[in-house]
Amino acid sequence: MMMGVGKNRTMMGVRRGRVTTGTGKNRKRFEKVKKAAGKGLLFPILLLPGLLVILPVLLLLSGSLMDSWELGGYIGTVFTDGSEFISWKLFPDYPSFSNYGKLLFETPQFFVLFWNSMKLVLCILAGQLIFAVPAAWGFAAYPGRGSQGLFALYVVLMLLPFQVTMLSSYLVLNRLSFLNTHQAIIWPAVFSTFPVFLSYGGFKSIPYQMLEAARVDGAGELTIFVRLGLPLGKSGLLSAMVLGFLEYWNLLEQPMAFLEDKSLWPLSLYLPQITWGQAGFAFCASVVTLVPAVFVFIIGQDYLEQGIIYSGLKE
Amino acid sequence: MRKKRRRFFCLFVFPGFFGITVFALAPFLDVVKRSFTAAVTGAFVGGKNYQVIFQNQAFLLAVKNTIRFTLTGIPLLVSAGLMVALMLSGFKNKGWIKSIYLFPLAMPTATVVMVWKLVFYKQGFLNLFLTRAGLVTGLWGEVHKDYLGTAAAFWVLVGSYIWKNLGYTVILWLTGIGGISGEMLEAAKVDGAGGWQRLWRVVLPNLKGSLFTIVILSFLNSFKIYREAYLTAGAYPDQSMYLLQHLFNNWFVNLELDKMAAAAVCTGGVLMLAILLLQRLWEDR
Repeated sequence: MMMGVGKNRTMMGVRRGRVTTGTGKNRKRFEKVKKAAGKGLLFPILLLPGLLVILPVLLLLSGSLMDSWELGGYIGTVFTDGSEFISWKLFPDYPSFSNYGKLLFETPQFFVLFWNSMKLVLCILAGQLIFAVPAAWGFAAYPGRGSQGLFALYVVLMLLPFQVTMLSSYLVLNRLSFLNTHQAIIWPAVFSTFPVFLSYGGFKSIPYQMLEAARVDGAGELTIFVRLGLPLGKSGLLSAMVLGFLEYWNLLEQPMAFLEDKSLWPLSLYLPQITWGQAGFAFCASVVTLVPAVFVFIIGQDYLEQGIIYSGLKE
Repeated sequence: MRKKRRRFFCLFVFPGFFGITVFALAPFLDVVKRSFTAAVTGAFVGGKNYQVIFQNQAFLLAVKNTIRFTLTGIPLLVSAGLMVALMLSGFKNKGWIKSIYLFPLAMPTATVVMVWKLVFYKQGFLNLFLTRAGLVTGLWGEVHKDYLGTAAAFWVLVGSYIWKNLGYTVILWLTGIGGISGEMLEAAKVDGAGGWQRLWRVVLPNLKGSLFTIVILSFLNSFKIYREAYLTAGAYPDQSMYLLQHLFNNWFVNLELDKMAAAAVCTGGVLMLAILLLQRLWEDR
């Protein structure tokens, strides 16, 4: 009897054990299914914003490939203030490059504006390399009480929006008679503190002991900067360049305030001036403006991400 | 040794600092001085300029709208970013999804605005879509709302701000989430904490540091929304989206430099206080 009970108990135990392992397996499988289903649901939710990003680009691309007549048929209602809705075809009925041809071969002004933009961006970035990168190295390699205070000032300056500093910039540009020249845009941007902050993030990631070791080995401070700092901390300055390109390719407030002469304007300011009557033209110009930004975005994406992460680092 | 280092610090920092002094610091002091003088004569007028701007309807409206925009846009952006980041953190291969979210950052505003005009025009794509949806569901008729010329413009602006900056915040949140130690999460799991519990009790409290950073950067970027606002609606848009930036620009165009100086000092002062406060909060943790 006793044995029987014992046996029974063990048997029940075994059975129970089996049953529990069974539910365990089931539960695991259930969790797996739930996870997969969760991911399957998440995916469309995550892709929805993706659609919101891709559709505008497709809209611009397809619009740029329509001839003016077809485009007019679709969006005519916008500039005639008609009562019917806008319509669209992602694949134009009569695809043509005629607007591109007009823009690229018959509109010399467009080239002027394009090169204005390029010149501004490249000059600004070159200037930032010369002034901001060494400054960032100074802050990262020679920490001290004075440098901390100064760095805090840089951070505050970085966070002030253009509108707050607009009047001060105007006053100094006026005194230097830079107004209505490209220098009015270039110089204030060269001395912006944002690239200092980003490059600082890259330089700060170099272990301090490494610099000390180089010093012990007798390397001069300039050698350390050129041979150690620049190669090891390049991610910071490259991300500053990528973010800088996207920012200055998109210049608006500064040229609007400081450049009166339209032939000096960058593309970003000229583009919105094209009227709906020349919509086909506007679409092409938008695409051409978009191309360099997309190019930099694609080749610089890792640095862009890195730069965002650096900009989020506490000092 | 210390002396030598200080010398090199100066060598590296000074050229840039000189430029910053010339182009930012010195002229700002000039602006502070000007905020206490009359625009034309340059005579000292005390706090009169400040009195004038605080009785100026346009200034009060712009301040109100800017505050309203910041208080609506930033919480929405920050929480949307957190939600996306939490969803994304489970994926192994998230590179290209991140790229999609980041892409609007690269799109020049001028091109975006062109699309926005087609979308939000009263016969535009959004109303077309809504009308079609209404036809299918039978719930409503044709929609002919004008989004850019009415108070709805404010929400177009908020949406545009989120659209542009979401990728930025998602990356920062993901970095924060990636920084939480796996051991801690594992320990919570072993102790029997469910998914939601782990989220509320472990993940979110550990993201406080990221929150400060993200709020600051979103704030910084919130001023750039002026580009979209100006390009869609010009210098005098609907009242609901007349921002401080519009006001500064219009004062600049009209050469009302005395008011501008006073407003720049006020805005700069408020911003500096906010930044210092947040810095203090950072250090306390």
